[in-house]
Amino acid sequence: MSEDGTRSYYGQPVIKEPVWSPEIPAYLFTGGLAGASAGLAYLAGLRGDEELARRAWIAAGAGVSASPLLLISDLGVPRRFLNMLRMFKVTSPMSVGSWILSASGLATSVATANAVTGALPRAAAAARPAAALLGLPLSTYTAALLTNTAIPVWHEARGVLAFVFAGGSAASASAVAVAVTPPRHAAPARRLAVGGAAAELIALAAMERRLGELGEPLRSGRAGTLNRLAKGITLAGAAVIGARAGRSRAAAVAGGAILAAGTLAERWAIFRAGFQSAADPKYVVGPQRRRIEEGTARGGSRQAPRLASA
Amino acid sequence: MSAETLAWPGSYGGDAKPRVGFFTDTSICIGCKACEVACKEWNRIPESPQGFTGKSYDNTLDLGANTWRHVAFIEQRVPADADGGASLVEAAERGGLVEREGLATSKEGDGVRWLMSSDVCKHCTEAACLEVCPTGALFRTEFGTVVVQEDVCNGCGYCVSACPFGVLDRREGDGRVWKCTLCYDRLKDDREPACAQACPTNSIQFGEVDELRERAEKRLAKLRGDGQSEARLYLADEEDGIGGAGAFFLLLDEPEVYGLPPDPVDSRRHLGAIWAATGAAAAALGAGLVAAVFGGR
Repeated sequence: MSEDGTRSYYGQPVIKEPVWSPEIPAYLFTGGLAGASAGLAYLAGLRGDEELARRAWIAAGAGVSASPLLLISDLGVPRRFLNMLRMFKVTSPMSVGSWILSASGLATSVATANAVTGALPRAAAAARPAAALLGLPLSTYTAALLTNTAIPVWHEARGVLAFVFAGGSAASASAVAVAVTPPRHAAPARRLAVGGAAAELIALAAMERRLGELGEPLRSGRAGTLNRLAKGITLAGAAVIGARAGRSRAAAVAGGAILAAGTLAERWAIFRAGFQSAADPKYVVGPQRRRIEEGTARGGSRQAPRLASA
Repeated sequence: MSAETLAWPGSYGGDAKPRVGFFTDTSICIGCKACEVACKEWNRIPESPQGFTGKSYDNTLDLGANTWRHVAFIEQRVPADADGGASLVEAAERGGLVEREGLATSKEGDGVRWLMSSDVCKHCTEAACLEVCPTGALFRTEFGTVVVQEDVCNGCGYCVSACPFGVLDRREGDGRVWKCTLCYDRLKDDREPACAQACPTNSIQFGEVDELRERAEKRLAKLRGDGQSEARLYLADEEDGIGGAGAFFLLLDEPEVYGLPPDPVDSRRHLGAIWAATGAAAAALGAGLVAAVFGGR
């Protein structure tokens, strides 16, 4: 029995730790970067900010190029990556995500190629809004991927994590855009950076409050350190961008780099928290036992015999 | 009728077989581990040396890619006279033995109760592993069991995090995920799974799920009638969080004592809320982008 009264089998974990490698939090970052960059690029283009639009398309293109490589490298059998498209299963966020990433990758690549070389103008005209639209679920489906598991700190964050990732995607896309765009063309990206960072931090606070004691992995151990660090870096990056990036190119580059690092670190913290949450049986058993005691669950076991059927 | 699953028996039509599973009656398990050995041998599973764990007689510890049956050993201190209804004569004999030989295995006045249980994949009615598998490598067989196709699995690892029992794992050096097949090859040949055949006490009973459930009810009623008030059935009901299991258990203590979750829930039951949050967040992101780009002066 552990100090909080949860019983367990020699403290052994009830569920398995994820087998996912650091490529996955990196992908959480690049996918969000690509998705929100495509939206930023498309809207900036509509508004006539060609300097910003072109750079954001390049960032989106870089994001969708890196993403599949990261995902394939994480597979146990990388050469079987095409099996991801054997079927479409709405019960599997990974399956849905594979199709979103494939479609978004195609549209974004065409739009980016056009933004850089001017090639394929007609295809690009159709690809741009498609890439922008697909970029939205590309930025947030990864929350479904993590929350649709048995890992308590992820699963119990299911109502909020998508908003953390939406804010983080906006922040990372705008951070890159601010860093690479001359300040006088980057006003929309600066607004998005400050707004995205604020949204991410607010959603994080809401998530941690909702998780209560299940959120302990986000406050303790390596994930806790990362989480605190990530919040500080994100706040600093957004502050630099908000205060100085409009006047100074150097501040824009520095602020963008800091903010991007903050959003990457936050994905990493949430990823690592899942491992800590799986490793300690108290996070799995505690809430389940409470559900049984509160009568909000039948529980998996029954002590009263049913009348034997005739 | 045992709980129908999404793909069984419907999708098999006339080829569907009765749903089969295990009833593991832990009250008669003697901890011999014949099931672990038989499973390893029949399924040619690589060795999985854990070394000496110091956790009772359990040097296997958990289910995983290379362990499809796992016998748990739990030693519990109980008042000596409450252990199996020992008579006064028996208790006095035990006391005399301790005095004569100076052999005391536990504190004075205490007895030891052994709980042993052979754990296995539950072959859930609502199987999270199968639902999240993006490649379709995990599938529902004509027997209503859940099996990984090794020639399809690409080792994405989603099922590992989805399983509420920690059954599946990726095999090192192989990259794919492996778990109990309920001896799919033997079932096709009308043979019972290797573990059930090897079990000397019939603690592992193989059969059609409907019939096993009836047997389990009778056993539960019998044990409770004999004063075993802690006896309980685990995962034998369709109303639980996984719609009941193909492999269910009779336990003598709370599930978590055996390393089992007391109220497992298939995460698909929350999938609607999960997709709704994903969609709402995507819409919010879109609104934020529009506001940032067009909201300035």
